[in-house]
Amino acid sequence: MDEFGIGAPLPRLEDVRFITGRGRYTDDIPMSGLAFMEVVRSPYASARIKGFDISAAQAAPGVLLVLTGEDARAEGFGGYTSKMRKTNRQGEPNFEPPFRILEAERVRFVGDPVAIVVATSAEAARDGADLVLVDYEELPAISDIKAALAKGAPLVWDEVPNNECVFVELGDRKATAAAFAQAAHVAKGEFAISRVAHASIEPRVGIGLYDPVEDRYTLHAAVQAPHTTRNEIATRIFRIPENKLRVISPDVGGAFGGKGYSHPELALVLWAARKCDRPVKWVCTRSEAFLADFQARDNLAQVELALDANGKFLGVKVKNVLNLGAYLTNAGLQCGFHHVGSICGVYTNRNVDWEVSAVFTNTTPIIAMRGAGRPETTFMIERIIDIAAAEMSIDPAELRRRNLIPTAAIPYDTGFVHTYDSGDFEKGFDTAMRMADWAGFPERRARSQARGKLRGIGMAYAIESAAGVRDETAEIRFDTSGAVTIVVGTHSHGQSHETTFRQVVASMLGIAPKDMRMIYGDTDLTPFGRGTGASRSMTVAGSALVCAAERIIARGKQIAAHMLEVEESDIAFDAGVFTTRATNRSVDLAGIARFAHDFRQMPAHLGVGFAERVAFVSDGINFPNGCHVCEVEIDPATGETSIVGYWLSEDVGVVINPLVVKGQAVGGIAQGIGQALCEKIVFDGESAQLLTGSFMDYCMPRAKDLPAIEIKSQEVPAPNNPLGVKGAGESALVGALPAVINAICDALRPLGVKHIEMPATPARIWEAIEQARRAKAA
Amino acid sequence: MYPASFTYVRPADLAAAEAAFREADDPRYLAGGMTLIPTMKQRLAAPSTLIDIARVPGLSFIRREKDTLVIGACTRHATVAAAPEVRAAIPALAALAGGIGDPAVRNRGTIGGSLANNDPAADYPSAVLGLGAVIRTTRRTIAADAFFTGMFSTALEPGEIITEVAFPGPRRAGYAKVRNPASGYAMAGVFVAETGKDVRVAVTGAGACVFRAAEMEQALARSFTPDALADVRVAAADLNADIHGSAAYRAQLVRVMAARAAAAALSGA
Repeated sequence: MDEFGIGAPLPRLEDVRFITGRGRYTDDIPMSGLAFMEVVRSPYASARIKGFDISAAQAAPGVLLVLTGEDARAEGFGGYTSKMRKTNRQGEPNFEPPFRILEAERVRFVGDPVAIVVATSAEAARDGADLVLVDYEELPAISDIKAALAKGAPLVWDEVPNNECVFVELGDRKATAAAFAQAAHVAKGEFAISRVAHASIEPRVGIGLYDPVEDRYTLHAAVQAPHTTRNEIATRIFRIPENKLRVISPDVGGAFGGKGYSHPELALVLWAARKCDRPVKWVCTRSEAFLADFQARDNLAQVELALDANGKFLGVKVKNVLNLGAYLTNAGLQCGFHHVGSICGVYTNRNVDWEVSAVFTNTTPIIAMRGAGRPETTFMIERIIDIAAAEMSIDPAELRRRNLIPTAAIPYDTGFVHTYDSGDFEKGFDTAMRMADWAGFPERRARSQARGKLRGIGMAYAIESAAGVRDETAEIRFDTSGAVTIVVGTHSHGQSHETTFRQVVASMLGIAPKDMRMIYGDTDLTPFGRGTGASRSMTVAGSALVCAAERIIARGKQIAAHMLEVEESDIAFDAGVFTTRATNRSVDLAGIARFAHDFRQMPAHLGVGFAERVAFVSDGINFPNGCHVCEVEIDPATGETSIVGYWLSEDVGVVINPLVVKGQAVGGIAQGIGQALCEKIVFDGESAQLLTGSFMDYCMPRAKDLPAIEIKSQEVPAPNNPLGVKGAGESALVGALPAVINAICDALRPLGVKHIEMPATPARIWEAIEQARRAKAA
Repeated sequence: MYPASFTYVRPADLAAAEAAFREADDPRYLAGGMTLIPTMKQRLAAPSTLIDIARVPGLSFIRREKDTLVIGACTRHATVAAAPEVRAAIPALAALAGGIGDPAVRNRGTIGGSLANNDPAADYPSAVLGLGAVIRTTRRTIAADAFFTGMFSTALEPGEIITEVAFPGPRRAGYAKVRNPASGYAMAGVFVAETGKDVRVAVTGAGACVFRAAEMEQALARSFTPDALADVRVAAADLNADIHGSAAYRAQLVRVMAARAAAAALSGA
């Protein structure tokens, strides 16, 4: 099965569907009697609601239904909750704000939903929404961390003084202080990790249906984790058994964490469907998405790195403050905790003193996005290393080399959170140095200089933890014709599972991928699954498929022994065929499947049917890692940056499909470059109004902004899953942020610029150059 | 993204268009619609009536009148960019048209629509002002220097329609801009022209409205070289400042783009 098994560069099977316009997204699903929902949102970042007047909206042409926060309150709905609980500065459990699907009394960010209008057409719903009158009393608002923590700042929640929801100390303060006392040099940096939008191509969308006979809901929606969405809406919001709700997620056009958890609108379409006895659809507009899609990142970090005279890392101190937005989403807090272990990087430093604080502001709530904390943590360590290198006049690659965990020391206990069970950081480092021709950089810089340009090179060696949610169920099912269907609880929306999962089964069972059918994305049709996120799908669902295939082979051997009238021990299995060693007779899997469904032939003790379902639990997380090198050229006259080279030597364990792994890496790097160079959500400092409400102001990277990206895979197998894979979906993004910023800072360093905040826009780069010029002159 | 409801009319000629305009409550002319339609979809504009003049005969053409190039108001940007007459007579104008927005915008947007809208970051106003062009309307002829009166405002009277724009051929001209990384509109665009009589420098994107930079004109009149601009200070006081860049940054861009536009003019690009 070499042509399409594990490791084969099989072109994606889903591509034909997508590139010929046959993808089927939620908005494409035809539905008779469909009604359309429009959400009325708060125009203020903070306001008290004094009342609603919906009479004009109710009377508008085509309007079927108007519901407000008061109606939601009367229904007794619950609210969304955080998966994580922590403590505040007093050591008490942190305040968990009520997070309802519609607000009745207070609004806390621009875009907070307060009412819905359902009508016979989308246009009528939009017109009707304009007629909903909400009487607001505007209150002072805050949008950024410093304003939230300022003395006398307006409170987002009266229950939370100083707006600080969580305060936690991690690591070993005493040991770290002792290490700092020994230091020959301490490098210090303060980094603002910007807030970004997931900005998936397909906006969020949902169609709600309600069956009054069965008293049961169906939700068609673009989500990453149908079972999780079902749990949140059924259990948290409606307080009904989960079998009263079916969630179907068809093709999804990108998610990046933004469709991983439920937003209020998905419960709203279901409620509206019940109230007006029609299917109800809501499609988010791009303008609405900028306001109301949960956003990502946004934190401040003060970082200190202690080094001895030879540049050996002795310890690191971090003070990290997260902006949570106005509410606690399902995964907002996790972004500040789950990935702190990455601060140790691939280095032998063992002393960490870490403080996390998380504050509320009158902004769109924060949720996980590709990397979910790892890009931030990796930025902190990889950026401070470059600052230390500059201050100590050591080449930044050389400084990393001196501190690398030796390959011989694996498995390696970092002393803070993680024990790296595999990896070859020395090889990864050397490979990246060769790929990028690091040694040849001074000559390239000189050539740029001759043309009036500034050239810089930057490195970041990222390591992250993947597949933290360790259980997943998969099924391999043969029908009576002998054909195979595989069923998984993960969801593919860009990860190419329809190709790679089939490759895993092809390797195991010798069946061509194109001959298999694959089912996912429907809570009625798939076993319980936790969906796709945290780079987990191949590790856990892929491994579940391996285990199911092993059971298929084992059962197949029992049936083959019976069919071929030999002992089971005489049966060998290879490439889809069971053969007896003695008589050389054989039967293939399809033959077994047809036989297994015939109760007249099957012996009673084997039972009928040919399907295996396995709930797999991995032994632990895995540690994808990669050494990134980025090279930039800057026009000092305009501040414009071009990325002229990008190299990644990565280890995501065993590669199932090199095309897919490369695609994930390139996409991740592109997203990292986006945040490093241009993307940023900006709120007005006074009113907390969103200033980047469209792509006219929120800058996405274009194809022309991206370099050719060269990638090599090291393939050091992960020991704790049967495939040996490590997460491949996020790791490239994790390293891209610091690699790009380090390269830009390297280019600007000769002018006296020490650091530049992301995004390093042309304007910001030029201002930094000017500031350095003025400082030199003074 | 649905606009509020409106009435759509497609008049047969300009007289009918002006008549429709007089009769409606809150009318707007529609040409390419590249600004108006998105604005309506965001409900930032809600005119009662759209009067579509894009298909009125005789408004889309390019012709030479001796040394003057005349372009019909409804001529698309892509047509101007590709037209051999434009590329021969004023290559900088063809290059400017070929760099407006993206291909979709260039195939829908019109020169008359761009000028009547007078977006502070639009490209065309800088060419019209920089070349000292004349705007001909249904009622009169307006010199470029009198046409652009402020942000999104022009000398056009209510109901008045641009019919064509006459560009006197320059001795040489050049245009250079830096795009806003998000929107693609000019952060600063500078059109430089040596007309035979004088030197004109028109700046778009950096201020509230396209404007002429007198000091740069004088410097280039003394010596039409990029280096002549090296010591010219651009005052930041009246320039735009927003999340994309400070006024000082825009002043810098104006200086750099002016030099690059002069270089482009000298190279004949």
